[in-house]
Amino acid sequence: MSHDDHHHDHDDVAVRAAALEALLVEKGLISTDAIDAVVDLYENDVGPQNGARVVARAWVDDAYRERLHANGTGAIGELGYGGFEGDTMVVVENTPEVHNVIVCTLCSCYPWPVLGLPPSWYKSPAYRARVVAEPRAVLAEFGLELDPDVEIRVWDSTAEVRYLVLPMRPPGTESLEEDELAALVTRDSMVGTGLPLSPTGAAA
Amino acid sequence: MKDASALEAITGSIGAKALPRRNGELVFEAPWESRAFGVAVALHDAGAIDFERFRAHLIAEIAEHGTNTEAEGYYEHWLDALQQLLLEEGVVSEPELDARAATIAHEWAHDHDH
Repeated sequence: MSHDDHHHDHDDVAVRAAALEALLVEKGLISTDAIDAVVDLYENDVGPQNGARVVARAWVDDAYRERLHANGTGAIGELGYGGFEGDTMVVVENTPEVHNVIVCTLCSCYPWPVLGLPPSWYKSPAYRARVVAEPRAVLAEFGLELDPDVEIRVWDSTAEVRYLVLPMRPPGTESLEEDELAALVTRDSMVGTGLPLSPTGAAA
Repeated sequence: MKDASALEAITGSIGAKALPRRNGELVFEAPWESRAFGVAVALHDAGAIDFERFRAHLIAEIAEHGTNTEAEGYYEHWLDALQQLLLEEGVVSEPELDARAATIAHEWAHDHDH
């Protein structure tokens, strides 16, 4: 197809998607069931709750946290998450001195097995370009005002490496169980554009 | 850059899309987006495409046709990238795609009449 006819209306794109799917099924390359299964998996079962379990485990288990640092892919795999689009996972840990944030400047690489598919804003050109150029301003727009002394490190995802932010455990959570801690871990806190919830519900 | 429009450009779509999912996310805005996504991943799972080659096409599509501020159109880039890859590898041809699209468009138009 020519590139002059981009910006077609949605019906036209839907027709092209349906045509491609129908041809590939007809040629026996994929089945409708396989496509259905993929869509259902990513719409419903693979999401930030997976990453939240990884983070909560790291908060309660120092040995696990060390394994996360040494071999993110392997430690995440211990909880049953891995495979597609998450082959090499690197976990970057926030500290009082360093705040980490992830981006994919070229397209929208994202750690699917632990966070699911990326939200719209992660794919937007505005986020992809600006979080590198002016991370502090972008985080402020997300409502995350960091102390000027905190260093912000921006990690650009690549085909080979996907990053996951390990946020700091919120204060006042010493008595919470692992499951209760996981409920405090938001998607944005694992991208670095937010913080975990505090036990009372507000951002820590 | 801290004005309302910049904020909107980055975070604007969050609230409008907050339909409940078991994983707390609504990741597709239209059914065709989920099909385009599912087709590419299913092709990868079946060993029929190299996902790194697909990603290279996706990066090129976004670089060439991406708008400056909106994520809108992302899965259209995705679909175009997949189509380019499959055409390049001779898995499908342009005439058969066009013919099938015409047939489907006709069927859908017909359905809408009833």
